Amino acid sequence: MKAAPLRPAPYRVRRIKRELHGVTTLELVPAQGAVPAFEPGQFNMLYAFGVGEAAISISGDPAQADCLTHTVREMGAISTALAQAHPGTMLGVRGPFGTAWPTRAAEGLDVVLIAGGLGLAPLRPAILRLLAARPLYGRLILLYGARSPNELLYRHELEHWRQRLDVDIHVTVDYADAGWHGNVGVVPRLIPRLGLDAQNTLAMVCGPEVMMRFCGAALHDAGVAMDRIHLSMERNMKCALGLCGHCQFGADFICKTGAVMRYDQVAQRLRLREI
Amino acid sequence: MGEEYRLTLAGLQALLDALGARGYHILGPRLRDEAIIYDEVTKLADLPAGWTDRQEAGQYRMERRADNALFGYALGPQAWRRFLQPPRHTLWRARRADPAADDFDILPADTAPPKFAFLGVRACELHAISIQDRILRDNAYADASYTARRAEAFFIAVNCGMAGGTCFCASMGTGPTAQTGYDLALTELLDATRHEFLIRAGSARGAALLAILPHTPANEADRAQEAAILADTAQHMGRTLETNGLKERLQANLEDPHWDEIATRCLSCGNCTMVCPTCFCTTLEDHTNLAGTEAVREQRWDSCFTLDFSYIHGDSVRAGIAARYRHWLTHKLANWVDQFGEMGCVGCGRCLTWCPAAIDITAEAAAIGRATHDQEDQHGNA
Repeated sequence: MKAAPLRPAPYRVRRIKRELHGVTTLELVPAQGAVPAFEPGQFNMLYAFGVGEAAISISGDPAQADCLTHTVREMGAISTALAQAHPGTMLGVRGPFGTAWPTRAAEGLDVVLIAGGLGLAPLRPAILRLLAARPLYGRLILLYGARSPNELLYRHELEHWRQRLDVDIHVTVDYADAGWHGNVGVVPRLIPRLGLDAQNTLAMVCGPEVMMRFCGAALHDAGVAMDRIHLSMERNMKCALGLCGHCQFGADFICKTGAVMRYDQVAQRLRLREI
Repeated sequence: MGEEYRLTLAGLQALLDALGARGYHILGPRLRDEAIIYDEVTKLADLPAGWTDRQEAGQYRMERRADNALFGYALGPQAWRRFLQPPRHTLWRARRADPAADDFDILPADTAPPKFAFLGVRACELHAISIQDRILRDNAYADASYTARRAEAFFIAVNCGMAGGTCFCASMGTGPTAQTGYDLALTELLDATRHEFLIRAGSARGAALLAILPHTPANEADRAQEAAILADTAQHMGRTLETNGLKERLQANLEDPHWDEIATRCLSCGNCTMVCPTCFCTTLEDHTNLAGTEAVREQRWDSCFTLDFSYIHGDSVRAGIAARYRHWLTHKLANWVDQFGEMGCVGCGRCLTWCPAAIDITAEAAAIGRATHDQEDQHGNA
């Protein structure tokens, strides 16, 4: 039993980067002490003075120990206050919380990473860890779907990764514009074309629930074992300590047994509406 | 259970006095607004002598009893939860020099926990508190405020001399007799010849307090009278709930059309969650002063029947009332078992009594999956 850490620790915004319209990446450094260790896939509760707290996945490099990196989309009052912070702004941080992408269990296997929209942000720490230890893994495939070409997150970094010859990157958009020469369509449609060695493949999927549901099904159809497909689930998050009840998804508290969960454990519930 | 003793009405007053002298804020049943509510009690005259409650789904009426029983009712609308996990509670405050300042300080708001003595705790309520202990005290993280209030509290159980029309503690195995979790337990012995209590201690501090009260050893006749009262209460439960196979049946029938039928009656008002003694959900709210220099974070009760409860970026996951009722009922009677090893229902019946649409959890739980079962039965018979 630990005393409930409901009181945030003060952090300061060190740097900001406007990623897309309404999407900002924040680098946060603690006002006192060290940055806590985190695992790819975990999240923090970020607090903007007087406005409130939101659960935001960590999107930074787990090997970079001097700051916490978060990519925030302006959706409501809290996320807008967070995204509009400027260098020097103080924010509150509680965390890290939740389960991690299985980067260790993936060693020796081919890894398919599938992101939809802003879902690339929670996968980025896993991607960076896999790339940093590239020889430990088999084939690496990144599928990324966005609504349109100008909504591709981390575009510069995607180009950089694409230049590596040891990662297959497939990007698709729902709506193309005149300058787009890549794939058009939803991400799950790319899966059957990958020629996966299904027996030796592990998948990590992060995006809207409906997209993860179809990706889970497509990966399973391609022969990937259900317990090797990992999804990052999302529900309303308030305390992140398993005490407030908001993040329940069936019998799971997403803050405790998620956000990263195994497809075999959630497939039944993904099929149902309004769980 | 400890040794039984007899306590007179004067002895019960001595118990209140002794608790008061030890700095306890005593809370017990009082008649107010035509209901039994829990509030400050210092003398026996504060207790609802001669009153009882008549309860049915969607109905609660106070009525006179033929006698002067002090605890001659079943249960009021409030659970003790409101004192252990207050409906609204300040967690911390934040302050900055001016609204444009980058920096702020976060200051703890916690004060010393109040020291409560709860008089008249029913067996189902003791069980509900033990359920909340698992969630708010014995979990991976603990709710510090709950844990501190809980540790200070002194529990005086009163075994039930009557079952209410919506009671089903006997089905849930939580009553009507207090088995554990009390410091002192009373049974009211009232007939033409006497008005006394059978009292037993359930903890060292309960025994220490009992030792200084005027008491006499109970005899066989006293114990027999108590046993008869409690057996009679157990036999007169207003409701029953078949718990055998219930968790599995609910979890296997999440798409039963009966959920939609319930939604035509459920107002999604959240009353059931406000009166439930095991409901624990809270939300966090932030407020600032007009100058924008002071911020406060509060924890307050929340209800899974609100749209806000499941809101994520632009939409509520459980937009329909059927989904919200399904979430509540399957949590109480099924998912709670997966989470905490027991059901989150003690059979107190408050959710039936205080539902403005008279929705009965025992009837709805029995109805879910019934169509499937009937079909299976027909196949079986064919």
